[in-house]
Amino acid sequence: MNMAVRTPDPKKMIKGATGDWEVIIGLEVHAQVTSNAKLFSGASATFGAEPNMHVSLVDAAMPGMLPVINEECVAQAIRTGLGLKAAINLYSVFDRKNYFYPDLPQGYQISQYKQPIVGEGKVLLDMPEGIVEIGIERLHLEQDAGKSIHDQHPTMSFVDLNRSGVALMEIVSRPDLRSSEEVKAYLAKLRTILRYLGTCDGNMEEGSMRADINVSVRKPGEPLGTRCEIKNVNSMRFAAQAVEYEARRQIGIIEDGGEIEQETRLYDPGKGETRSMRSKEEAHDYRYFPDPDLLPLELDPSWVDSLKAGLPELPDEKKARFIGDYGVTPYDAMVLTLERASADYYEQVAKGRDGKAVANFMINELFGRLNKDGKGIEASPVSPDQLGAIVDLIGDGTISGKIAKDLFEIVYTEGGDPKALVEARGLRQVTDTGAIEKAVDEVIAANPDKAEQARAKPTLSGWFVGQVMKATGGKANPQAVNDLVKQKLGIE
Amino acid sequence: MTDLTSLTLAEARDALKAKTFTAVELTDAYLAAMEAARGLNAYVVETPEIARDMAKASDARLAAGQAGPLEGLPLGIKDLYATKGVHTQACSHILDRFKPVYESTVSANLWADGAVMLGKLNMDEFAMGSSNETSHYGPVVNPWRRKGSDVKLVPGGSSGGSAAAVAGRLCLGATATDTGGSIRQPAAFTGTVGIKPTYGRCSRWGLVAFASSLDQAGPIARDVRDAAILLKSMASVDPRDTTSVDLPVPDYEAAVGKSVKGLRIGIPKEYRLDGMPAEIDALWRRGIDILREAGAEIVDISLPHTKYALPAYYIVAPAEASSNLARYDGVRYGLRVPGSDIIDMYENTRAAGFGAEVKRRILIGTYVLSAGYYDAYYLRAQKVRTLIKRDFELAYAAGVDAILTPATPSAAFGIGEKADADPVEMYLNDVFTVTVNMAGLPGIAVPAGLSAEGLPLGLQLIGRPFDEETLFTLGAAIEKAAGTFSPAKWW
Repeated sequence: MNMAVRTPDPKKMIKGATGDWEVIIGLEVHAQVTSNAKLFSGASATFGAEPNMHVSLVDAAMPGMLPVINEECVAQAIRTGLGLKAAINLYSVFDRKNYFYPDLPQGYQISQYKQPIVGEGKVLLDMPEGIVEIGIERLHLEQDAGKSIHDQHPTMSFVDLNRSGVALMEIVSRPDLRSSEEVKAYLAKLRTILRYLGTCDGNMEEGSMRADINVSVRKPGEPLGTRCEIKNVNSMRFAAQAVEYEARRQIGIIEDGGEIEQETRLYDPGKGETRSMRSKEEAHDYRYFPDPDLLPLELDPSWVDSLKAGLPELPDEKKARFIGDYGVTPYDAMVLTLERASADYYEQVAKGRDGKAVANFMINELFGRLNKDGKGIEASPVSPDQLGAIVDLIGDGTISGKIAKDLFEIVYTEGGDPKALVEARGLRQVTDTGAIEKAVDEVIAANPDKAEQARAKPTLSGWFVGQVMKATGGKANPQAVNDLVKQKLGIE
Repeated sequence: MTDLTSLTLAEARDALKAKTFTAVELTDAYLAAMEAARGLNAYVVETPEIARDMAKASDARLAAGQAGPLEGLPLGIKDLYATKGVHTQACSHILDRFKPVYESTVSANLWADGAVMLGKLNMDEFAMGSSNETSHYGPVVNPWRRKGSDVKLVPGGSSGGSAAAVAGRLCLGATATDTGGSIRQPAAFTGTVGIKPTYGRCSRWGLVAFASSLDQAGPIARDVRDAAILLKSMASVDPRDTTSVDLPVPDYEAAVGKSVKGLRIGIPKEYRLDGMPAEIDALWRRGIDILREAGAEIVDISLPHTKYALPAYYIVAPAEASSNLARYDGVRYGLRVPGSDIIDMYENTRAAGFGAEVKRRILIGTYVLSAGYYDAYYLRAQKVRTLIKRDFELAYAAGVDAILTPATPSAAFGIGEKADADPVEMYLNDVFTVTVNMAGLPGIAVPAGLSAEGLPLGLQLIGRPFDEETLFTLGAAIEKAAGTFSPAKWW
């Protein structure tokens, strides 16, 4: 087994009464496959329909109905595997996982147990201390269950089978994560990769991505501790909270002389704690066996190759290219490539311009403003052309950085051509030294005390620059003002 | 007019085309025969209105010269087949009042070819049984009786209703299914012809599943030709069943009457069991003689893993069944017995809805798939299955064209006779037939003579994968020499 060995990092550890504890975390992420139809039936896999409107005879497990594999779901799993730099298994097997539940009509879930479609891969995390590699153990395809609804009737539960049979990818990491921060970063990175690939929309609120989190603790250098599994966590924030709580709970038990029992737990976001769902003894015996209704899945290597050829550029590669091609910092490159749409936007603007200036303006102004409105880049009122025009106006000295902010706000709220707006609203930067000189003289003349202080302590000259900018309505070229103030004060 | 129900399917087909009588007349003759034979309990549901409507439509197509291969021919359908809007319960209490909104592919193929549905045929519950005594609708009575006796005998199972209806002239032919011998054993017990085609030859879509890797549809018919005609219409590839196979369906009827000269017939020594009745052995020798005299070459062969087939089968089949039958939970359709909570409802429903034999197999299947037992039972049984399959592959690779064995270790027995016996004694009925399902091969049962007590006995021919044609050729040769067998009407 390719256990990525990580050097225990004291900074990631949790302090207990008896010393530092290392937290060992592995995740099983269930990601809903983006596809029109379900994994084994032709029913629609879209979200949000009235209950039981997307249910075929197969999904309802009518007698004599048989599953037929959806080729697109298989393709999506392969694309995801390739995106995780994982081995694609040309031979895989669908198994039945048997248990009774009203929202599981067949009485079994079709899943992949011993021979999954995707094998070992990896995900790279951008952590403050550098890149951290998290091993992927496997990815397999399986059916989602339906939904039980318990609050519609005093004595009965209702069942909605719209989700029953929808394709999920279960992506299993190695126990390579060491902190709640890494858990958040891992989920975010996985989500980014899936969204780039178009294989899952990554929408955690709608349940398109859910995580089961395995947590154990140990003293550095000791063997792995007993783990607890926190089921079905549906937000990155909750995932981090659950890990923090669970690790401390386990440390507390061990330090009090107790032992951790292997069990399944649930995270309650309201109370901020995990609680026991079922113990190891109560665990189901799923009686896995190969589904006799489905032949083993044998993939044509040339088909896998064609899927590979059709993959988009992935976030890690894009990030590296942005650093190389546009000279942006690794941090900026990471921010720009979080979403494929942002990266595309950036490249449209950055082509033929100063990449660093574009990155700064996008991250500080555009992202900040969109964030404030809770909007995504797709909904940006400022187009790449408009943004590019603003950056150009800064670059050729037509407007100052400060004016650019105002101009951006105008374009954002009112729209319009930035260049025309500069003219129409008189936003052009004043570079006429005569006019600036006059303003500088006036300010110095009006404030002889301050001028004296500034001569003694040149850093105080900034006050004069501010006053001159104010007097000129911010349109003066700040560099020119700065130079003139120093010259006039004689503090060159 | 002679009794229309005495004609074979091929004869009736030709007479309809010759306009000797109409499809409605033929159908009415069968509906009358069914009414008169209700004591046999072969049908669980009769569908006279559907039958007459279909027959009328057939007459119109016959008149218009648009007749299909089975135009106007009345058939019985095993209750395991989903029939749209019509009772489909696999003869289980748990599927009470279930009427599917869909039609099984195989029955749809038959209707597309012009056949007429007479009703749904009795069977062992979920096809689990070898005597048709596990049906929720009560046992089927074999139209055959021992000489000078009025003891009611079983027709075999699980397709007991199909076999009895064909033998008793209550349909021209019937659909059946075979998971471990459920077509061939009842055919042998009733003097009829039954073929289980190669796994994948017929679609399983719309057949209530017992053991998915073993289940296969096939016909029970009066003679080899009729079986060939029916299989031609039943077989097809089906995009809704990915285990069905995309191979052209040959004209099986053309194989009937072909010479067997030069065909090599393997006689497996492992099928000669200790304590096998002398008349079964004699029947086997008779079959060997018939084929030798017709020009076939007889060779002794060995299928060394045969003795492991039955125990392995009784692991694989119940394992799959335990999972396939999990959907009968009282939540969406069929029987629901209320309970204090969901678990209680499941338990009440399944306790009341399943019969003893079905429960036994679910328990066995659940056990063999359980953690800690899977490797010892299920995995081992699958390995045995591979070995059994290889036995046959080696025999065929050595030049054998088909294998001849007895179909059953005995003639039909009395209803209730084995009620108190060890279930294994009942399972032994399938000792000659389960190997064929385990290997996915085609097998045909053909009557070859009568026992000393006057009961029909059958031989089994096992073929290469998808070589049903050779089985029809050989079966027809045995039939030509041994004749066909009909019970004297007493009901």
